[in-house]
Amino acid sequence: MTTTIESPELIEPEEPGGPDAHGPGGHGPEDHGPDHAHEHHGPTGILNWITSTDHKVIGKSYMITSLVLFFISGAMALVIRGQLADPTSSLVNFQTYNELFTMHGSLMLYLFAGPFAFGGLANYIVPLQVGAPDMAYPRLNALSYWLYLGGSSMMTFSFVVAGGAASFGWVAYAPLSNSINSPGAGTDMWLLSLGLTGFSAIFTGVNLVATIFYLRAPGMTMFRVPIFSWNMLVTGILILIAFPVLFGAVVMLFCDRHFGTHIYSVSGGGVPVLWQHLFWFFGHPEVYILALPYFGIVTDIIPAFSRKPLFGYRGMVFATLSIAALSTGVWAHHMFTTGVVLLPFFSLLSYLIAVPTGIKFFNWIGTMWGGQLSFQTPMLFSMGFLFAFLMGGVTGVLLASPPVDFMTHDTYFVVAHFHQVLIGTTVFAGFAGFYFWYPKMFGRMLNERLGKLHFWFLFVGFWVTFVPQYLVGLRGMPRRIADYLPTNGWTFLNEMSTVGAMIIGFSFLFFFVNLVTSWRNPVPAGDNPWDGGALEWFTSSPPPHHNFTHLPPIRSERPTWDYNHPEHRKDESHGDKRHREHEQKEPETVGAPS
Amino acid sequence: MNAFTNGSPTSLPAHEHTGADPAAEVAATPRRRRWARPAVGAAVAAPLVLGGCNMYPSYGASRGATKQGQDTFKLFSGMMTTGVIIGVFVGLLILFTILRYRRRSEEMPKQFHESIPIEILYTGIPVLVVAFLFLFTVLTENNVDATVPVNATVTSTGTPVEHVRVTAFQWGWRFSYPDHNVSIAGDVTNGPGGHGPQMVLPVGETVQVTLVSNDVIHGFYVRDFNFSRYALPGVTNFFDLDILHTGTYAGQCTQICGLYHTEMLFSVKAVTPAAFQTWLSGEVAAGHTLQREPQSEANTPPPYTHVTPSNALAAPSSKKGSL
Ligand code: HEM
Ligand SMILES: [Cu+2]
Repeated sequence: MTTTIESPELIEPEEPGGPDAHGPGGHGPEDHGPDHAHEHHGPTGILNWITSTDHKVIGKSYMITSLVLFFISGAMALVIRGQLADPTSSLVNFQTYNELFTMHGSLMLYLFAGPFAFGGLANYIVPLQVGAPDMAYPRLNALSYWLYLGGSSMMTFSFVVAGGAASFGWVAYAPLSNSINSPGAGTDMWLLSLGLTGFSAIFTGVNLVATIFYLRAPGMTMFRVPIFSWNMLVTGILILIAFPVLFGAVVMLFCDRHFGTHIYSVSGGGVPVLWQHLFWFFGHPEVYILALPYFGIVTDIIPAFSRKPLFGYRGMVFATLSIAALSTGVWAHHMFTTGVVLLPFFSLLSYLIAVPTGIKFFNWIGTMWGGQLSFQTPMLFSMGFLFAFLMGGVTGVLLASPPVDFMTHDTYFVVAHFHQVLIGTTVFAGFAGFYFWYPKMFGRMLNERLGKLHFWFLFVGFWVTFVPQYLVGLRGMPRRIADYLPTNGWTFLNEMSTVGAMIIGFSFLFFFVNLVTSWRNPVPAGDNPWDGGALEWFTSSPPPHHNFTHLPPIRSERPTWDYNHPEHRKDESHGDKRHREHEQKEPETVGAPS
Repeated sequence: MNAFTNGSPTSLPAHEHTGADPAAEVAATPRRRRWARPAVGAAVAAPLVLGGCNMYPSYGASRGATKQGQDTFKLFSGMMTTGVIIGVFVGLLILFTILRYRRRSEEMPKQFHESIPIEILYTGIPVLVVAFLFLFTVLTENNVDATVPVNATVTSTGTPVEHVRVTAFQWGWRFSYPDHNVSIAGDVTNGPGGHGPQMVLPVGETVQVTLVSNDVIHGFYVRDFNFSRYALPGVTNFFDLDILHTGTYAGQCTQICGLYHTEMLFSVKAVTPAAFQTWLSGEVAAGHTLQREPQSEANTPPPYTHVTPSNALAAPSSKKGSL
């Protein structure tokens, strides 16, 4: 067993270097605080950014872009809530309303939730966690970002074309999405955007899988890969399963719209429901593509703030794998009310997903059990995730039952359910990850007080928004309607929900102030502000070009923690004893590529 | 209760238990006792506390105006109770952990990694819970989904069967009664209060609905029936409704179907079989017959069918009054 790490062959020689590029030279884990020195090679400024293939630059670009889209989409949600606060409100007209919820859902799901996780956080963090100098295919990674930026702009700007943006919901059911019912160019832009961003997701999926399989540092067996990276591996595989199907479905719809095919139209012998099958064959794995990264985030955060290792590491990995496997067989639970699917089969598989999800809950609790919990902002947001996802998960189990789905399908009960799940993951866990890794990415801390205020307003607003939606759904309010009757008895609950949404919106002001403060008055973060365990906390903040100058011996899923707490080290090589010989070695030196 | 005024106690094949008095019938349903079994210990106490001695707290849902809707409601309520118990248990466990293990010192806690027995336990228990939920789901689903044969005029036990054909279109509904030569249609400008066309149905009979769509996908949904089903172009869907109580029930399209999806309202008026017959003759006399289906006089053709997206941008402000 060799103890030196060779610089991976996959880094292409003409690597232009990112803004964080450093020359060779060691940064010991203890002797270096934040390192703001920038040593640029090649182009600088905007050209540097455009030509960069550094995963850290691309990751940050992805994060910034997806967060901008998140805020745009959030603003649309506030307009939607404004319209619904009053039964016969005419803040927006029907056409605009339909465009708004379609774009709100599309931006959130296609352009924010996924890209923020796998293009942003994972892109930045996964190579660091597995001890790699970059992603396996850096140029593919850059292509992924530029496709994403192009696709996102196309969708966002479809508002301004004649006929407006797409207005058939984020699921675009045929035949409403055909050329007769949705003739506008907005629909075509929506479809093209899915094509472009779909490929960007596929490329990132390829990169994640290849990086985690082939670029792990010596000593890092699969069962020593941190859970966030494990989840990104599974997410990558799910992307490779799901997105090509979406692309095929989208191409066929485009052909129906422009080339006279009748794949989804009854008149030409086609089958409208085929769209739903294809879409949800993508769409349900997509739900887990959106969830698994965020599960990974909290699974990395909770141990750090509990000062304990993850409880049930292997159980967690198997739970993730079985969630992924099951998620490819449950698509028709979105189609129970079509009357044309085999109900018991899809119901049973949907129920079964609750089991590995439940396992994760108990693993999280087990990790905290007996720990020394401190509730800094990332941990606080992770707790928010636990509670939000708990209620969203429980109501999801109800929807796995076809009769209950008959009674609640397409009502606000479902809207409340998926927002609890999605906001639990993408917002609570997503911002937990943001607060957690921001010091690593920018070498400076965010303010704790403002972070906590952000959390508490968000947390309160969240419940005030979505609990009334469950109730109004049970009172019969369908989704995607712009108006309702004053006599329906839905008014008060809707008003409450709108107030809650405003509180959520308000909470983000603290976030912005926090960002500004951290840029105006930087507080240096140091390499490892949270006493984190994975490899990203071993290198400097921000990490040097190609990430590491040294690596600690890797004998568990938290090598940095082992290194910093030698007195608590014990053999944790989950089942794999082959690498024990590393245990005696001191930090190994990377031949720093540059 | 006049739900079953027109016949002796019957037993439909699709729905195991029917009696002269729906309330008594509900009480006698073995399913109810089956539901009671899982509700061991706390599970029994919780719904009693929550629902004021009611086995099935409503949680804000409708208890169901149809036999199928009542079955669904009971499943919903039972599952909600199970969910509340599990949710409260896990939530309190998290809260307890948070409070109990707050950081009090800088001492390093014990570094344990796993406990196989506990992990097996918390894998096994969820398996049992979902197995049990799935069992009740299948039992209910078989009841809710069962339909009488398409051409049946009475059920195998003698309950009369009414056939209604519901056609959804952008943006309104047509209700045809092929056995009675009656057909009515309308959009949000018609019907009582301008809240869409009204489908009149008898209580105490089995109503078989044939659901189709003329254009895009629509969703047929009546909140008090605890039921919805897509109207799919190219597909004919069937479902049965055994309405138990007279009354008027609001319905609405639930699947986005274009510009005026919001206003695709209708209602169901459940009347006694005698009143139903009277209503049918009235409609025939008024000329609302199948022959006139394409251009029914009383029900103006939907005003929006020819709206193009560009002129539709001028919101239906004129219609705000009617909403
Ligand atoms: C500020 C917080 C949010 C509020 C107040 C909000 C509000 C809403 C409302 C009221 C609707 C229903 C519109 C309708 O059916 O007429 C909706 C739909 C939707 N929301 Fe959100 N939302 C928020 C955040 C999110 C997030 C974070 C996501 C996903 C990551 C998301 C994903 C969706 C999706 C997928 C739909 C369905 C769109 C459709 O019907 O096609 N929302 N939102
Ligand atoms: Cu409709």
